[in-house]
Amino acid sequence: MTVKLQNARPSRGIRVRFLQGVGAERLVSIGSPVLLLLLWEALGRAGALDQRFFPTPSAIASTFAEVIRSGELIGHAGTSLRRIAIGFAIGAVPALLLGTLMGLSRMLRAALKPMVGVFYPIPKSAIFPLLLLIFGLGEGSKYAIVAIGVFFLVLLNTMAGVLSIEPVYLDVGKNFGAGRWKLFTTIALPGALPLIFTGFRLAWGNALILIVVAEIIGARSGIGAFIWTAWQTFQVERMYVGLVVISFIGYASFLAIDELQRWLIPWRGGRSG
Amino acid sequence: MNASRKQIASRQETGDDGARITTRDLGMCFKFGGGDLVALENVNLRVPEQEFCCIVGPSGCGKSTLLRILAGLERQTSGELQLAARDPQRPLTAMVFQEQSIFPWMTVEENIGYGLRMRGVHPRVRRQLVGHYIEKVGLARFAKAYPHQLSGGMKQRASVARAFATDPQVLLMDEPFASVDEQTRVLLQEELLRVWEANRKTVVYITHSIDEALVLGDRVLVMSARPGRLKAEIEVPLPRPRSVYELKSTPAFAELVARVWGPLRQEVLASFHALAVAS
Repeated sequence: MTVKLQNARPSRGIRVRFLQGVGAERLVSIGSPVLLLLLWEALGRAGALDQRFFPTPSAIASTFAEVIRSGELIGHAGTSLRRIAIGFAIGAVPALLLGTLMGLSRMLRAALKPMVGVFYPIPKSAIFPLLLLIFGLGEGSKYAIVAIGVFFLVLLNTMAGVLSIEPVYLDVGKNFGAGRWKLFTTIALPGALPLIFTGFRLAWGNALILIVVAEIIGARSGIGAFIWTAWQTFQVERMYVGLVVISFIGYASFLAIDELQRWLIPWRGGRSG
Repeated sequence: MNASRKQIASRQETGDDGARITTRDLGMCFKFGGGDLVALENVNLRVPEQEFCCIVGPSGCGKSTLLRILAGLERQTSGELQLAARDPQRPLTAMVFQEQSIFPWMTVEENIGYGLRMRGVHPRVRRQLVGHYIEKVGLARFAKAYPHQLSGGMKQRASVARAFATDPQVLLMDEPFASVDEQTRVLLQEELLRVWEANRKTVVYITHSIDEALVLGDRVLVMSARPGRLKAEIEVPLPRPRSVYELKSTPAFAELVARVWGPLRQEVLASFHALAVAS
């Protein structure tokens, strides 16, 4: 009987297979959407898809090129982005401050939590008619709805972030003589940052939804209005273009947020303990 | 309530009687549900200047509470505490915590320099001191690393260095090596002794390990089961500098272990029974 010794080999085998796996994975994740588009195109041309509802990707692409060239699309997208950015800032800044304070102070938490609990579950789109009444048809109502949607998500996540900080870190700060302000800047804020970013992500996604809803209901510019006008004039390709743009804005901004997070929180992955 | 925390500002090298820490009938009582939980009762502690004082006791006897009171993180509900502050330039205490307590969002060198930064030490001086202690605990290569890249033992090294760097008048340590493996613990203990022997500051060291208390301390105090009181006192006349492994194999060490275990055993049993009844 012989005994076979197998060293090194199996582990190398696993590594090679792993690399192949990564390569194959990437291929599949790029290939599958392309395949879907091709299938869509083919079915469209074969007449299996109703062109009134599902125009072919090539038709959508040519409309896309058209509205880009005319500058129309860039204008609408820019308007929507500006509204989101301003509304986000108006909502997030006070939410950050209040959320941190609520995390640090038991009394403040007791005072405000019930109110937050009552207002948070109201769908923000349901408030929009009221906001139109208050702020009018102009930019004010758009900023307001985004700000309100952002406010609650950032507030709740910031508070949870501060509460999630291990008490021992605050003890260390106190023991080394950190005053209130230093406790806030060196411990509470950096400690809460991972959850604050979770709040930002959720809030940004929410802001995208809300701005489109608001623009569909009451605006003449912006991506939402672009889609709505296309519906009213039954230009289905333009509706699809609007959807593609929203999807792209969402995707690109989440990549940007991830990058910002990597840059601001290089210590992530170390929150054990 | 007559609780107080006194800081004697004295110019003498040694205070009223050479004690760095003195407590008189110190007590701590927590409101717990409807009733009161007496964590500490009539603790009369006296730690002389430059002593390495170890306190052992059963789980839940209030050791950590005592240390937190000394650190100023809690306030006793009765009795008196005197910490002789002889040097206003240096912080009174610095604490090394049992759990992982270095900040995950700071690099190793930022962590070690934290206490200095809080005291407003000039960045240039700070860099020097951080460099010195980071070298002493063998973390120089990891100066720019974040804690999640370190092992448990390395994190505690950084934590010890952070406390030493501020040059406190009293060093408080709460089972700092409890959560690292046996071999690493021995290394950390030897390292601690080496760093400590360089300037012999006053240390109060909490542990549940008799071996550790005897290896490190000049004196071992045994605490009773809850409510915590100081029950026995054992001098440790072992010569310094000490080598952890060699020391443990000497007959003198074995005899000391027996002397600590005697009074401790009853208390461990008492706290064990208390737990059994409670559950």
